[in-house]
Amino acid sequence: MSALQVRGLKVTLGSRQVLHGIDLEVAAGRWTSVVGPNGAGKSTLLKAMAGLLPSQGAISWHERPLAQIARRDRARQMSWLGQGESASLDLRVLDVVMLGRLPFMGWWNLPGIRDRAMVEAALRATQAWDWRERTLGELSAGERQRVLLARALAGNAPLMLMDEPLINLDPPHQVDWLEQMLCLKAQGTTVVSVLHEVGMALEADDLVVMDQGRVLHHGPAADPATRAALEKVFDSRVRIVFAQGHWVAVPSTG
Amino acid sequence: MSHAFRIGLWACGLLCLAVLGLFLGMAVGSQGLEPWFARHNDEVMRQIVLEIRAPRTLGAWLGGALLGLAGAVAQGFFRNPLADPFLLGSASGASLGVSLWLSLGGGTVMTVSLMSRLGLTGAAFAGACLAVLLTLFLSRGVLHTLRLLLAGVVVGVVLGALSSLVALLEPSVLQALQGFMLGSTAFVGWTACLLMGLALVLCLGLAISQSRVLDALTLGESTARSLGAPMTAARLILVGVLSLATATAVAQLGLIAFVGLAAPHLVRSLLRSTHAALLLLSALMGGLLLQVADLLARLVVSPQELPVGVLTGVLGGFYLLWRLQPGRESRP
Repeated sequence: MSALQVRGLKVTLGSRQVLHGIDLEVAAGRWTSVVGPNGAGKSTLLKAMAGLLPSQGAISWHERPLAQIARRDRARQMSWLGQGESASLDLRVLDVVMLGRLPFMGWWNLPGIRDRAMVEAALRATQAWDWRERTLGELSAGERQRVLLARALAGNAPLMLMDEPLINLDPPHQVDWLEQMLCLKAQGTTVVSVLHEVGMALEADDLVVMDQGRVLHHGPAADPATRAALEKVFDSRVRIVFAQGHWVAVPSTG
Repeated sequence: MSHAFRIGLWACGLLCLAVLGLFLGMAVGSQGLEPWFARHNDEVMRQIVLEIRAPRTLGAWLGGALLGLAGAVAQGFFRNPLADPFLLGSASGASLGVSLWLSLGGGTVMTVSLMSRLGLTGAAFAGACLAVLLTLFLSRGVLHTLRLLLAGVVVGVVLGALSSLVALLEPSVLQALQGFMLGSTAFVGWTACLLMGLALVLCLGLAISQSRVLDALTLGESTARSLGAPMTAARLILVGVLSLATATAVAQLGLIAFVGLAAPHLVRSLLRSTHAALLLLSALMGGLLLQVADLLARLVVSPQELPVGVLTGVLGGFYLLWRLQPGRESRP
């Protein structure tokens, strides 16, 4: 069953058409990764799916047109982690993650017991609980990225949209992120991520391979046709090989 | 010590200093320090203290608090630590309003000192509000921050030029206009205090209600929208707060430089916090800054008096230069 449906999606930025009529169905409770070379339109697609860009075409969430879902309701349904997201360096870790609970707060935006519990769970999940009283200015770029991931997790939304969430994360924390995704999937959360780390993208259930504003291939990561599409979209400069139980991307030189 | 406790402690400290400043302000007269409590049976002294010194000292605090709050709102809204309360053209609008009012009434220094403050205040307030409305019209609303910023700069320059033109055509208003542009607390009475107090309570409440939206904006426009923040309503409220706070302060005190810019910076140098605490503490800090400046303006060349705006300009300039010294943190 598809959770997120995209029909004939077109996006124009300035005078340039970036997406050329995308049709896509994202399966519920699965993790879908969007991959492709620079400028393929991956981030634009994700932003449009989150309703953050003016677009033509139809986007629906569980058969409800996105445009008809009220702003706060949409924010409760979809959690968004933007590419290169930042926050005021003056804010404490706790305050940044609490922003993830904004869609659940009232006029005065005062957090309740449930909000505090969700923030604590998100901070513990990203192993950032110990720095909760520190300001972002006191953290490294990788630590900040984990805090921002916690901010996205704190909303506990049934759909997570993440644009390059692995930026600045070292390999052990990339593995932590992977475990987090598997955990979310086990809870029934639908995840769509834009990734440049092809090996990590191959851990997803489904892959969307994009180039020049179009979807070239959409299929299970385990499908040989998906791996072939991946190699093709990167001009065969990477090869997908099987090693120690995982599909990994290796550079193909010469 | 918990974060909330530290914020509370600073707020109490700034309030206590303001109360101390109020008592000092009531004791400073044209002969320097004149402790009023030592002459409590003197009816003239009682009247001077209650009708002149008390309202002007309280007025300085309230006006400074409005400017400090407006500065914190402007810096959060424009996501620029160099933003000041006059960015939307309100200062130039108020100047134009005052110069037009003075020229129509044939203003002289005497007129200014004798006329009802209501006319001058009303002209300044109307000018500031119309300037902000013109900025909003030119920027086609509040949705595009950069367009709003540019429109504010354009309106500020054009209205400032028009104000100068009025003064050129009607030279008799020059001196009074200059007095307004230098800023003064000398004419502040209880009515002005009441107006500023009401505006402060209203603006502070509205600004704090939108403080988490300001926090969310630091994550970027897209993320703030993805969090379901009511961006259009929040922008309207914040621009309204910025305009009302600035226009009310300018209308009562004239143009006071640097308080709105420096107060949030001083607060940030004391503690890092969310916008809710920053807004509250910036208001308290702004109030204290202008209160201290007012006291110094009365004491430095006693029995004469310096325009308080000149003093805040000079002190604020040195403060920013100090902040920009090599070796200090790069963020101003």
